[in-house]
Amino acid sequence: MIELSINDKAYRVEVQPGETLLEVLRGLGFKGVKKSCETGNCGACTVLLDSRPVASCILLAFQAEGRSITTVEGLSQDHRLTAIQEAFIEASAPQCGYCTPGMLLTTVALLAQNPEPTRAEIREAISGNICRCSGYVKIVDAIERAARSLRLK
Amino acid sequence: MAGTKQTKTLTKRAAGTKRARREAGPRAGGRDTVPRERRTADRARVPSGAKASRLRVVSKSLRKLDNEAIVRGEARYTGDMVPAGALYAKILRSPHAHARIKSIKIDAALAIPGVVLVLTHENIPRIPYTPAGQNFPEPSPYDAFMLDDKVRFVGDRVAVVVAQDEPAAALGCQALVVDYEVLPAVFDPIEALAPGAPVIHDEPDATGVLDAQRNLVARIEVDVGDVEAGFRAADHVFEHTYSVHYVQHVPMEPHVTLAYLDEDRRIVIVTATQVPFHVRRIVARVNQVPISRIRVIKPRIGGGFGGKQEVVLEDLAAHIALRTGRPVLMELKRDEEFFASRTRHPQVITLKTGLTRDGRIVANEMRLVANTGAYGTHGLTVQSNTGSKSLPLYRAPNLRFVADVAYTNLPIAGAMRGYGAPQGYFALECHMDEIAHALRMDPLELRRKNLIRLGDTDPIATQLGEGKAGFARVVRSCGIEECIKLASRAIGGGATSGGATAKPSQPFERKRRGVGFAICMHGSGIAGDDVAGATVKVNEDGSFNLLIGATDLGTGSDTILAQMAAEVLGVTLDDIIVHSSDTDYTPFDVGAYASSTTYVSGTAVVRAAEQVREKLRQVAAELMDVEVGRVAFKESFFTAGTKRVHVREAALKSFYGETKQQIIETASFLTLDSPPPFSACFAEVEVDLDTGAVKVTDIASAVDLGRAINPKLAEGQILGSVSMGIGYALTEEMLFSPMGKMTNASLMEYKVPTSLDLPEIKTLIVETDEPSGPFGAKSVGEICLDIIAPAIANAIFNATGVRMRHLPFTPERVWRALREAGS
Repeated sequence: MIELSINDKAYRVEVQPGETLLEVLRGLGFKGVKKSCETGNCGACTVLLDSRPVASCILLAFQAEGRSITTVEGLSQDHRLTAIQEAFIEASAPQCGYCTPGMLLTTVALLAQNPEPTRAEIREAISGNICRCSGYVKIVDAIERAARSLRLK
Repeated sequence: MAGTKQTKTLTKRAAGTKRARREAGPRAGGRDTVPRERRTADRARVPSGAKASRLRVVSKSLRKLDNEAIVRGEARYTGDMVPAGALYAKILRSPHAHARIKSIKIDAALAIPGVVLVLTHENIPRIPYTPAGQNFPEPSPYDAFMLDDKVRFVGDRVAVVVAQDEPAAALGCQALVVDYEVLPAVFDPIEALAPGAPVIHDEPDATGVLDAQRNLVARIEVDVGDVEAGFRAADHVFEHTYSVHYVQHVPMEPHVTLAYLDEDRRIVIVTATQVPFHVRRIVARVNQVPISRIRVIKPRIGGGFGGKQEVVLEDLAAHIALRTGRPVLMELKRDEEFFASRTRHPQVITLKTGLTRDGRIVANEMRLVANTGAYGTHGLTVQSNTGSKSLPLYRAPNLRFVADVAYTNLPIAGAMRGYGAPQGYFALECHMDEIAHALRMDPLELRRKNLIRLGDTDPIATQLGEGKAGFARVVRSCGIEECIKLASRAIGGGATSGGATAKPSQPFERKRRGVGFAICMHGSGIAGDDVAGATVKVNEDGSFNLLIGATDLGTGSDTILAQMAAEVLGVTLDDIIVHSSDTDYTPFDVGAYASSTTYVSGTAVVRAAEQVREKLRQVAAELMDVEVGRVAFKESFFTAGTKRVHVREAALKSFYGETKQQIIETASFLTLDSPPPFSACFAEVEVDLDTGAVKVTDIASAVDLGRAINPKLAEGQILGSVSMGIGYALTEEMLFSPMGKMTNASLMEYKVPTSLDLPEIKTLIVETDEPSGPFGAKSVGEICLDIIAPAIANAIFNATGVRMRHLPFTPERVWRALREAGS
């Protein structure tokens, strides 16, 4: 039995020793955390662990105990969309949407640390998130837009 | 172009974004380093009389309907909707490329706690079928079985363990004891066709294989005129051989299927598919269950690209649900997605072309041998498409196309974006470039001398349909010249001549830059074969349910089809409620393939909406007390003289007025037309002479798609196609051991382009208002991918003088080619 802090709420959950954080999160109903390669290579399962993006598929669940986890479901407070989420919609970035949760969380971490990234810096930051649909262009557009919008706030 | 009814639209990427910063290192030739301005969207004036200028919803970049759900993390895919207590089924896969199963002992597996069922060929019906998602009767051989007593590639199905959860199923698989008689295997299609090769499909009950003893699935031979006479009469004859390789779709969501029995004990299959109706029919067949007892639902899916135009898991999942009475989840892990789903067809292609002294083609011949892997799904039709999509591009009085499609003991090739055209165009557009250089002719000039033109008839279309005779095709819209102009300008330097000499470099510079291009045409749906249905249902508040069989893979087809309905009905996108891809509720649609959704499904939607509008016109006429013939429709209002009725009011009155009814109209559309979109791609590459590494520093893809129903979504298709094409050309490759086992089945070792591997891809939309298309649309889902690899190959030649004829252009291969050329 471990205690996890997910999106600022506490969860007590029974986990097997070998269970990954991805499995546990999805088991708790956080279906926005996506399962794709399960080997830490594609970023679809990205969550923020103490504000840093990690691949939840190669983290054992108990390793996240005592640390704060953010999933895509935790982004919007009061069901309102954040500037980053709005920017992704405005830029028409999502296609199939499977990589999008991971991209969003990587973006949150990037803009928290670098509020005015260049396109090259954006590409570096999302280089661990694979997208097969979009060629990344509109995702980079979205992140630029989000950065601008956050700076205006 | 001489065409008069062409509208041209320049659509560059989204406005108002920051300037792109060039990140490349020192550049040869003194190119300036001023940041390149991202140009804003620009619309050219449309000729008067065209309806385009009055469009309210269509041709607007409205938000994709599901984007909000996606960014909230609330979008639900198949794997997100598994009911508690569902069983988990895992497939035991063959470790051998070719073997007979002498025995399978299942007792130890059954004894594992949690295991409820083990399936083998001994306890499952043996019914030959094709898993290919195609219209019935499918033009693919019935050479597959749910489970067989033979395995034909490393990864082939051996048995299935059904258990309470994934770990128990995995333990169950480990506990199975299989005795194999290992057989000799063959991995090269040419060897497979030669006498003495092991026979991969020796079973007596497979049908539709042309010559199983020779491992020959199909042979295609098409002649127009007499190529031999043409070659004899030609001043020049050129012949080159090219090869293309095994790549995989790599959808971010691997194949996944959920099956259960509803309370009426009908089988419900929720699955990541592009072809729900074909899945229903095929599952019915192999499970010997009436179609009426099956419902297939496609929820949101995480990409398809052709890999989900197949029955990969649904046949087994339905079987297990029936046998156990319980819901069951089946999914492919990422490694299985690589080698145990589907791939693109590798081919070896030889082009032989005869030309007059001044560069006019008099005879054109394409011969190929294709590797279809261990099963023949899509084997005939992909290779037919290689010829039928590429050869018509250049006028030739004499044409010949020959394709042999062979089995090998390797992963199953099937449908993949472009469907044979990327293979054919790699060969054709490299070949044309080589000819131009041999003739010391501008490669663009060579194209222009031979290009198909507006009004031309495609000479090969009648002979190459979907596995049978096709239908005549006339080009009624053609924007290839605009595409060439826009794409060549977009990569800077205004190089309209792709044959420019390599950029001069500094004496010590070990990198070379070069520019190359390629052009192509494609199709919009399969003529005479792709059928789509749409239903529009009126609601009392003036909203409308749009029920469509058409399959949104993340492409946004739900959105653009809703835009079309909204345009016809005079309402907004918010007034259209889309429900798609549910075989119980939505009309038949073949599914998302062959770039058919906009053109074929779109026309069905437009017709259904028009039918509804006509019924509402009658209601409005009654309300206004005028003859229905006097009622016009303009900007959401039915009008007669000074009277008018808003469409919403007509909707309300249709329910609660004097004549109460439910207006609901269905239209179905089949056409013998498949108008070609056209595309041009210009690419700039930088080749490192010391490492062979090739980097695409700039690339522009222009496409004449008829009309962009939603420009941003159309751009999305172009961008995805270009990135897939760059992967195909440079970094993606399935590697196999000498025993036929894929050795790089992971996203670490199989190199899909990341954000660091791609330049700022430029997309350019040309609109030519195709007369037969809904709002003038053709298609855009596949075409741009067709020509990325040859554009890059031609750019490498321009940069280094070295001709690459075999994909992919990994650094090692380029380096070796450079050494051989003495660089």
